[in-house]
Amino acid sequence: MRQKMRALMLVAPLLIFVVVTFIVPILSMLFRSVENDIVANTIPGTVVALSEWDGSTSEPPHEDVYRNLYIDLFKAEEAKQHTRLGTRLNYEKTGLSSLFRTTGRSLDDIGELWQDPLEDIDPNFEEGSFWYEMMSGSGGEGFLEQRRALMATMSGEDMSGEVGFVPSAEIVDLLPWTASAYTDFALWAAIRDGDTVAEEDPWESVYGALGMDLTSPETISAINSYGGPGASALQAAAANIDQLPSFGFREAFVEEDEDWGAHDVWATIKLYSPNMTPGYFLNAVDMTLTPDGVESKPDNQQIYTTLFTRTLVMALIITASCILLGYPVAWLLANLPMRTASILMILVLLPFWTSLLVRTSAWKVLLQQQGVINEILVWLGFVNDADRLILMNNATGTVIAMTHILLPFMILPLYSVMKTIPPSYQRAAKSLGATNWTAFWRVYFPQSVPGIGAGSILVFILAIGYYITPEIVGGTDGVFISNRIAYHISSSLNWGLAAALGTILLVVVLGLYWCYDKIVGIDNVKLGG
Amino acid sequence: MADGASNEAFVEFERVQKSYDGESLVVKDLNLTMPKGEFLTMLGPSGSGKTTCLMMLAGFETATHGDIRLGGVSINDIPPHKRGIGMVFQNYALFPHMTIAENLAFPLEVRKMGKAEQEEKVKRALDMVEMGSFGGRRPAQLSGGQQQRVALARALVFEPELVLMDEPLGALDKQLREKMQFEITHLAHQLGITTVYVTHDQTEALTMSDRVAVFDDGRIQQLAPPDKLYEEPENSFVAQFIGENNTLEGVVKEIKGNTCVVQLDGGEVIDAVPVNVSEVGERTRVSIRPERVEYNRDRLHEDAHTLKAEVLEFIYMGDIFRTRLRVAGNDEFIIKTRNAPDQVRLTPGTEIEIGWLAEDCRALDA
Ligand SMILES: Nc1ncnc2c1ncn2[C@@H]1O[C@H](COP(=O)(O)OP(=O)(O)OP(=O)(O)O)[C@@H](O)[C@H]1O
Ligand SMILES: [Mg+2]
Repeated sequence: MRQKMRALMLVAPLLIFVVVTFIVPILSMLFRSVENDIVANTIPGTVVALSEWDGSTSEPPHEDVYRNLYIDLFKAEEAKQHTRLGTRLNYEKTGLSSLFRTTGRSLDDIGELWQDPLEDIDPNFEEGSFWYEMMSGSGGEGFLEQRRALMATMSGEDMSGEVGFVPSAEIVDLLPWTASAYTDFALWAAIRDGDTVAEEDPWESVYGALGMDLTSPETISAINSYGGPGASALQAAAANIDQLPSFGFREAFVEEDEDWGAHDVWATIKLYSPNMTPGYFLNAVDMTLTPDGVESKPDNQQIYTTLFTRTLVMALIITASCILLGYPVAWLLANLPMRTASILMILVLLPFWTSLLVRTSAWKVLLQQQGVINEILVWLGFVNDADRLILMNNATGTVIAMTHILLPFMILPLYSVMKTIPPSYQRAAKSLGATNWTAFWRVYFPQSVPGIGAGSILVFILAIGYYITPEIVGGTDGVFISNRIAYHISSSLNWGLAAALGTILLVVVLGLYWCYDKIVGIDNVKLGG
Repeated sequence: MADGASNEAFVEFERVQKSYDGESLVVKDLNLTMPKGEFLTMLGPSGSGKTTCLMMLAGFETATHGDIRLGGVSINDIPPHKRGIGMVFQNYALFPHMTIAENLAFPLEVRKMGKAEQEEKVKRALDMVEMGSFGGRRPAQLSGGQQQRVALARALVFEPELVLMDEPLGALDKQLREKMQFEITHLAHQLGITTVYVTHDQTEALTMSDRVAVFDDGRIQQLAPPDKLYEEPENSFVAQFIGENNTLEGVVKEIKGNTCVVQLDGGEVIDAVPVNVSEVGERTRVSIRPERVEYNRDRLHEDAHTLKAEVLEFIYMGDIFRTRLRVAGNDEFIIKTRNAPDQVRLTPGTEIEIGWLAEDCRALDA
């Protein structure tokens, strides 16, 4: 037991290191490729309301959905989260990103449609302190915490702290929309902006919310029998609802951008409101999840399957070139006298001493149309000056440069396996009457196959995930899937798609490894003696 | 020499020299002639050039100087695969990726023999070494002794006239070795193959061979049938190397025909056969085999020379007694006596008199 503990202690640093730097990132990548809580987190009320909507008919969503959208979007806009949501939904339907961005800018205008007439009806509505007094009270602590939690999830920020405001339970009952909007405002003003709630003018959304409450006849009658703070202003508003806009929020949104009335916009939002989505994976194989089911993307948008195939084929070509070039070198290394062999070995290892970037850039110099290789070919007269070979910014360039860069990974395992093949086998074969070639092909070569296996796995797996070299010399035709992954991680910021592509790559590699084990047998792979 | 061996030279080394580095000679002036059907063993200490000789014969090394002939034809320029020499390697060198049957079929296949004939021959060769039921296995699934037999069968399956074996029994335990020694000689003689066998082990060399070539320092020190080698070593290296041997050092006093008189360093004077001493006053080592020394007066030949000896140690070894004596200042003088009913067991500390025939006592180089 103690020995086991000690052994565990000895491996613990490595174990922790591996878990932290390898297993956790992989798991997080796997998770990220299906994770989709941004919709439900950013517009939670809308998602709930939308679940009632039957998208299969042409019927647009209920007014309730638009009201929730207004309340949700307003605070998301304050937290600058609405553009993130727009970007996310834009992966699934182009145009949604700009829809969210432009709508975000006009949310205040929508609120003012109600704010102006309300302030005309009773000037008290202009006063922040009046609002504070009207909304404050006791018994609304639970409601406050509920809104606080939603706000924290939406903004991804810590919303804990003293608000200096507790909604009155009575008002929460009486004016549910207004209470929500005002509480959101209070939380944001107190905690994010550090202001005193009582001294701040409420958000425009609060007026809009009051407008929502005033459309309900039960609320009107409840207001008329209400006697708490601000009762007279509310009753004045209730008495003059004909001065308020006669339309609802659906019209207000559609007025701002007619896309809010479009059926497929809402269908997309509804489709992507669950917390998990196959969308990224479908995207990664050039498909898309539409409200009508899974569909292939149009031909001109199909890129990933081509890229995956190209990556696989090119990795295979590179592996094959490495075998062809590396085998004779490894054979020489294993069979030359010690001294010559060590010099050759230094030459093989030399590339490891220079930076990968330098080597790749050197290839650029060599392969350019005005580069060394073309110059020599032209000078020798093999190639016309007019039609110099295009060796770079295409697949050829990637294959040439990567074969060179990965060659040592083929030579070293091959060498270490060949080193263990005793010369007596070949001698035996020759003494039995085999020519040099037969002795090599029938006796030496089969025994070096485990080295080929090990080298191939190494080179292939390195090649399939290679990034820098294809990026530099690959142009557009010679890039790999990893370049696309890098693009999504650092430029388009579509991490979910990047994660899905990465996961597929991982699965493909594991699958190939499995096939390899079935066909060749992993026991037949030797890295050395 | 085996039956059917003719005296015509089959394998010949003529003034062969070999140097790996161009400076020191590993094989110096090797001359050797073997008739067909002979079983010849190369015996010698490590590094004496045995393997090198074998490799030159097989064609994996080229002689720096001299000529190697096979059946009268110089083979210096014939590549190994055309020499038709069977070879058994020390580590057997069975191809690990082929089954036993495939290993055996290999030499037949490269000779483009028909499938049926191949099978037939492989079967016969496997049966010959009693491995008939192992054809489908891989070499790694066999014991050392079994691998050894397969290696032998593979070297014989294409019916070479000459077979080379480099310490083929080195990895086996004593009992298996003895069994295999018998089997190899038996097979070689039965098939009438000429065999060059390399070993470290002198017992192996003595029991198996028609002739033994004792190697040292890149030279053949003596080439002779086992009995002659044992009983009539031609120099003190061979006397020391083969079997157990007592040496007494001294100076030649007189040489007369086929006896000489040697004064030992302790002052005693004895008679001996002069083997490679040529002049009076020369220093010499006198060699006597332990079992040729007698201390039982009744058995001592009347012409025998006697010396005083002190018993130092008596070792009971079952079939023989081994007694260590001090003779003429030499503390390591060993005598061996058969455990016969009337044999006396000597007690350490007693003084005895020992004797031997002058013809068993050989005066060799110092
Ligand atoms: N390939 C080689 N290159 C250089 N020197 C070698 C080579 N092979 C053998 N030698 C040297 O030649 C000498 C004779 O070697 P060889 O292998 O013939 O000895 P051997 O009698 O077979 O010894 P052992 O009984 O240990 O096998 C040794 O000193 C050895 O170091
Ligand atoms: Mg040897």
